[in-house]
Amino acid sequence: MLPEISLHILDVAENSVRAGATLVRIEVLADTAENTLSVTIADNGCGMSEEQLAKVEDPFFTTRNTRKVGLGIPFFKQAALATGGSFSIRSKEGEGTVTKAVFVLDSIDRMPLGDMTATIHTLVTCHEEMDLYYRYARDGRAFTLDTREMREILGNVPLSSPEVSRFLKEYLDENRREVDSGSAL
Amino acid sequence: MKSLEELRAIREKMQGKVGFRSEDATQTRVVVGMATCGIASGARPVLTALADAVQEEGLNNINVTQTGCIGLCQYEPIVEVMEPGREKVTYVKMTPEKAMEVFRLHLKGGQVVTKYTLAAEQLGKE
Repeated sequence: MLPEISLHILDVAENSVRAGATLVRIEVLADTAENTLSVTIADNGCGMSEEQLAKVEDPFFTTRNTRKVGLGIPFFKQAALATGGSFSIRSKEGEGTVTKAVFVLDSIDRMPLGDMTATIHTLVTCHEEMDLYYRYARDGRAFTLDTREMREILGNVPLSSPEVSRFLKEYLDENRREVDSGSAL
Repeated sequence: MKSLEELRAIREKMQGKVGFRSEDATQTRVVVGMATCGIASGARPVLTALADAVQEEGLNNINVTQTGCIGLCQYEPIVEVMEPGREKVTYVKMTPEKAMEVFRLHLKGGQVVTKYTLAAEQLGKE
């Protein structure tokens, strides 16, 4: 089990990278009235065949040949279900994959969301070739990050350059603090 | 709310003097394993610590990047250092603190930190 939801998000998004995605969308939505924390990771990567999709939640299935188990998705699912939430994966070969986990917000078994800044920052700066759209919303307040917009402003300055990397960290931290207005999830 | 507008200033400042990293023979590659096994054992803070340190000191000849599972899950977090003309060094069971030692002694000082290498770990087990 991973200790933070943000680490599960990083883990699933790394699968999108391996699937050759050119765009990954990550949405984290907290709704106090509905008592849910929903996490969606959607990519336009190579997707999975029906056969693969049927096995993806099985810990003894993996497409890697470096080891025999694949625990990422089973862990993520277990973490969501342990709170009384839900989990789903939809995928189509050649089109992409959408993974969605819904956590019960006030469940004692819900792990903290954790360091989303580190997760998004890592994904953006380590995968220059991929675009990322991130939205964090909580009870009507929200902020987004879109690397396509960043690139448009930056021209040929790389996303991984020190100045941009520093800005990105501040942007993610400050805006999350503002959306959270007081208490982190 | 902080906006993306600040990026305009960054672009103007960097226009013309962007030292684009050349993927040539003088680059040292530092690779952190970031599959489920790596992430579960703490690879994210290790990657962040190394990337931040390299950035802070402006070491343009070092490229910190990530990879998937290399099949040594029990030794994660794993950091591999590939320097041109030298044999690859595999550091195992890394923490941000140990990674900073590797940064200081190996990446900056040129000395392999033997006690954290895969070879040392395997020797200790025998």
